[in-house]
Amino acid sequence: MNMRAGGIRPWVVQRVSASFMLFYIIAFFVALLLNAPLDAQSWRAWYQNPLVNVATMLFWVALLLHAWVGVRDVIMDYVSHTGMRFLSLAFAATYLAAMGLWVFRVLILVSA
Amino acid sequence: MTAHSRPKFLSLLKIKLPLTGVVSILHRISGVLLVLSLPIIISLFDQSLQGPAGFQTSASFIAQPVTLIIAVALIWAVAHHFFAGFRFLLFDLDMAVTKSKARFAATLVLLASMILTVYMVWWWFK
Repeated sequence: MNMRAGGIRPWVVQRVSASFMLFYIIAFFVALLLNAPLDAQSWRAWYQNPLVNVATMLFWVALLLHAWVGVRDVIMDYVSHTGMRFLSLAFAATYLAAMGLWVFRVLILVSA
Repeated sequence: MTAHSRPKFLSLLKIKLPLTGVVSILHRISGVLLVLSLPIIISLFDQSLQGPAGFQTSASFIAQPVTLIIAVALIWAVAHHFFAGFRFLLFDLDMAVTKSKARFAATLVLLASMILTVYMVWWWFK
């Protein structure tokens, strides 16, 4: 991991991930308006569709990268004590990693 | 100018943010709110995919009136973060960068996120 926080790379990551999520969210709402999967079976079938499944995984990759850059910026802005900042960043990274593994578990199990 | 007459800008009660600043800080607040709500969102998503019983549990949880408060906050957070973020992406493309256009876009962001929140809540609970 790059310990030197800041710079152009997180800036680019934030914009690329935002653009992907923008398209995913629009596509999600268009699909929801056209054909809402509002019962258990069609809801599951929707996420079992390989295209939806993989696009949703990519969405969560984008979301986690995006959240990490955002949370990192917030912590760097408000937590001035070095030790506390390190602990906060470590906690945030662990939290986001756990969220990511959880949602990947769900998306893999739904197609199993 | 003496040290005493210097304005104190760091008091949160004295800072008067312009509209564009309001959109900016709300973008940050909504982002933090969304990160904190991830366990709720993922657990609902997880449960809703656990067959008919799990789907029913998730659906009835969402339909509770108490959940409405959380739902409104989260729907607003997504909507605001989405529109305000879109506005920031436009700035990166050198669009709407003049003061008046940026202000106008900020007004649109605030209005659009409120309208979408009301619409989504109506759609959800109708």
